[in-house]
Amino acid sequence: MAPAAAPSRLQQALRDAAFAGLVTAALSFPMLAIRVESDMNNRLVLEERWPLMFAAIAFIASARFLASMLDDWRARAGAVAGVWSMLLGAGLAWFTTGAQAALAPWFLGGGALLLAAALLLFRASPQEAEPASGAAPAAASAGRFVTLAGFVALGVVVAYPLVLLGWLGPQGSLKWINNYGVQILIYVMLGWGLNIVVGLAGLLDLGYVAFYAVGAYAYALLATTFGLSFWICLPLAGILAAFWGILLGFPVLRLRGDYLALVTLAFGEIITIVLTNWVELTNGESGISSIPRVTFFGIPFTAAPDGFAATFGIAFSPIHRTIFLFYLILVLALITNVVTIRLRRLPIGRAWEALREDEIACRSLGVNTTNTKLTAFALGAMFGGLAGAFFAVRQGFINPNSFTFMESATILAIVVLGGMGSQLGVALAAVVMIGGTEILRELDFLKAVFGADFDPSQYRMLIFGFAMVAMMVWKPRGLISTREPSIFLKERRAVAGALVKEGRG
Amino acid sequence: MSRWLTDPILAVEHLSMRFGGLVAVNDVSFCVGRGDITALIGPNGAGKTTVFNCITGFYKPTQGRLAFAREGRADAAEVRALTNTGKRHARLPSGDIYLLERMPDHEIAAKARVARTFQNIRLFGGMTALENLVVAQHNALMRASGWSLLGLIGAPSWRRAEASAIEKARAWLARIGLEERADDPAAALPYGDQRRLEIARAMCSEPALLCLDEPAAGLNPRESAQLGDLLRLIRDEHATSILIIEHDMSVVMKISDHVVVLDYGALISDGTPDFVRNDPHVIAAYLGVSDAAEAEQVVAEISGEARP
Ligand SMILES: Nc1ncnc2c1ncn2[C@@H]1O[C@H](COP(=O)(O)OP(=O)(O)OP(=O)(O)O)[C@@H](O)[C@H]1O
Ligand SMILES: [Mg+2]
Repeated sequence: MAPAAAPSRLQQALRDAAFAGLVTAALSFPMLAIRVESDMNNRLVLEERWPLMFAAIAFIASARFLASMLDDWRARAGAVAGVWSMLLGAGLAWFTTGAQAALAPWFLGGGALLLAAALLLFRASPQEAEPASGAAPAAASAGRFVTLAGFVALGVVVAYPLVLLGWLGPQGSLKWINNYGVQILIYVMLGWGLNIVVGLAGLLDLGYVAFYAVGAYAYALLATTFGLSFWICLPLAGILAAFWGILLGFPVLRLRGDYLALVTLAFGEIITIVLTNWVELTNGESGISSIPRVTFFGIPFTAAPDGFAATFGIAFSPIHRTIFLFYLILVLALITNVVTIRLRRLPIGRAWEALREDEIACRSLGVNTTNTKLTAFALGAMFGGLAGAFFAVRQGFINPNSFTFMESATILAIVVLGGMGSQLGVALAAVVMIGGTEILRELDFLKAVFGADFDPSQYRMLIFGFAMVAMMVWKPRGLISTREPSIFLKERRAVAGALVKEGRG
Repeated sequence: MSRWLTDPILAVEHLSMRFGGLVAVNDVSFCVGRGDITALIGPNGAGKTTVFNCITGFYKPTQGRLAFAREGRADAAEVRALTNTGKRHARLPSGDIYLLERMPDHEIAAKARVARTFQNIRLFGGMTALENLVVAQHNALMRASGWSLLGLIGAPSWRRAEASAIEKARAWLARIGLEERADDPAAALPYGDQRRLEIARAMCSEPALLCLDEPAAGLNPRESAQLGDLLRLIRDEHATSILIIEHDMSVVMKISDHVVVLDYGALISDGTPDFVRNDPHVIAAYLGVSDAAEAEQVVAEISGEARP
C-alpha cells in the first residue's frame, strides 16, 4: 500500500491529467488555435480555431487521466477508446447538422458501452501472473482449444459460400465469396507455405513472392503457349517453383540471418525485373491476358450448351465459377496445412524446428543442415507456386505488378502476426489483415465524417503499421505464441512462446 | 602396455590449428583408447575446446591427421595408404577407418559416429526433453520414414520405428532421472538436468566416441557425483569411448583411465592419472611457472611448508 502521506490515486491522476492538458494547450495554441492564412485579396488574416484546441486538450487530458487510473492495459485501451468516442459524438452533436449529426448518438452510445465494458471486465482483474516454469499454465487446455477452434473454423469456412448464396442470392453474394472468401484463402495458403520456411525452419525469407510469381507465370505460359489444361499445369507450377526454390537455396542457404534476408529480398526483386523486361517471354508490363479460365474438370463455366450450368441443368450464373474457385483454393490451402502438420511430426519437421533452435547442435547430431534447409525452402516454394497458379487461373490476367515486394511483406506480416509456427494463428492473421483491407473499402459512412474525397483503403498501410507496432508491444510472439510439441510421453503440454527461438537463418 | 597405445580408437597426429597469428593448438599428438575414459585437461585457453572442434569437424585443422578406427585396431600402413588416396574413409577387415580432418561436421557425427556436447549447453530449448532425444536419432528415423514419404502415408514400418525411437528416448530419460519431465521444454529444466540431458541426447545418436566439453562445470558436488556415475555407466554398458575436458581434478582423477595435458596449445604430459598428477611439467603449468626445474623447487617449497 502507498504510505498515507502520498497523494491518493485520484489526486495523482487528476494532477497528471492537468499537467498533460497544460502541455497540450501550450503546444496546440500556436499550432491549432491560431492560423495565418491569405485571403482572396492575398492579405494575411488571422483565423481563430478555439474549438480545435479545446478538443485536443480534452482528448489528451482524458487519456492521461484514464492511463493513470487503470493498471490493466486492456482496461486502459478500452476506456480511452470509449471516452474518445463519446467526445467525438459530443463534438458531432454540437457542431454539425444533418448526416454527420445523425452519427452522434452512435458514437456516444458506443463509447459509453465500451467504457462500461472496459471498466467492468478489466478493472477488477489482477495483473497477469508471469508463468513460473516454462510450460505455460493455461496452455494445457489451450492445445485442445486450438484444435477445437480449428475444426469449428473449418466448418464455418466450408458452409460460408453456400450460406451466403442462400441468403443474398447470386448477385449479392458474389462480392462476399470472391473478395472475402477467395482472396483471404489465397493469403492463408501463402501464409502457411511461408510458415514452413520462416516459422518452422527459422529462415527469414523476404522474397517469397518470387515463387508465387513463378507459379503464376508457369501456368499462364504453359496454358497460353502449349494449351495445357489447368489440372496438368497446377502440379507443374508447383514443381517448377520448388525447383526455383532449390536453385536459389543452394548458394543462399550458406548465409545466415540478415544476409539471408537481404539475398532473398534481392531475389524477389530480380524476379519482378526479369518478368518486366523479358518482353519476348512474358510480354513485359502489359502482362499475359486471356489465360484459360478454370474448368469443372473439363466442363467450362460458360452459358454454352456444353457448359457447367447446362450439363447440370441449372440456370447459368457467374457465381458457379466463383464458388468452384473458392472450394479449389480451400482444398489447396488444406493440403498445405495437412502436409505441414504431418511433416512437423516426422523427423524432417523436427529437424526444421531443431534448426531454428540451434543449428550447431543440429550438426553435432549428424543433421545435414543444408539439405534440411533446402527441403524447407523447396516445400515452401512449391506451395507458393501452387497458390500462384491458382492466382493466374482466377484472374485470367497477370502482370509483374501483382508480384512486388509489398506482397512478400504482406505474407511475412501474416506469418509474424499469426505467431511464427502456429497454423491457426497464421490463418487468423490472414483473415484479419486481408479481410481488414477489404472491409476498409466498405466503410462508406466514414465519408460522411471526413468528407466525400476520403478513401479509407488509402490508410491501409498506416493501419497495418499501427497494428504491427501494437502487436510488438503487447504480443511480440504473435496471436498464438505457444508451441505444440510434436510428440509426448504423458501429456501434450504447450511450450511457452518465450522459450521458443525465432531462428536467425 | 596401455590400451591407448595398443588399441586406439582415435589417433591425433601432429594436430595444429592457427587463427591468423594465434597458434591455438601446436603440433599435438595423442591417442584415445578404445573403451577408455580419456581426460583432456589444461589451464584456461590451453586449446582444449579447439582440439574438440577439430575432432568433431567444426574447425578444419591447419595441419595434422585424425585417424578414427571405429571398430578395431587400424594398421599404420593401411592408414598411410588411405591418407595417400585422398579419400576420407576405408573399409578394412578390422573395421571402418575415417580421416576426420577431411569430413564435414555433420558427417563426422552421422558416419564416423563421434558425438559431442558443448561448453555452453546447446539444447533445443523450445523443444521438450523427449523431442531433444528424438531429434538426436534423426538419421536413423529419416531412413525409417522413407525420407518422409513412408511417414506421410503413415506406413506401419515407420510407426514401429517411431515407437522404438520414443522408447529409446524414454529409457535414456529414465536413466538420467528425467522421465517425469519428458514433456517439459528443455530450457525450463534446471542447469544440472540440462547438462545430463545434453549427454543423453549425444548418446541417443549411438556414438562410438563421445566428446564432453566440461560437463561438470557449474554443477554442485551431488550433481558431479551423479555425472561420474553416468559416465561410468556409459563406458561399462555401451561400446562408447569417452573423451572428456574437465577442470575439476577430483572428477578427472576418479573416473579417467588416461589423462592428456595441454598448455598454451602444446602437449605437456600424457599418461595414467597417477603419472600426470606427479609430472612436474603439469604442476608447473598449473602453478603458472615457466619450467619444470623451477616447478620442482616450488613443489619442494610447498611440501616443505606443509610438513611441520
Ligand atoms: N574461432 C576462434 N578464432 C580465434 N581464436 C580462437 C578461436 N577459437 C579459439 N580461439 C583461441 O584459441 C585459444 C584456445 O581456446 P580454447 O577455447 O580452445 O581454450 P580452452 O582450453 O577450451 O579454454 P577454457 O578452459 O577456457 O575453455 C584461445 O586463446 C582462444 O582465444
Ligand atoms: Mg574450452
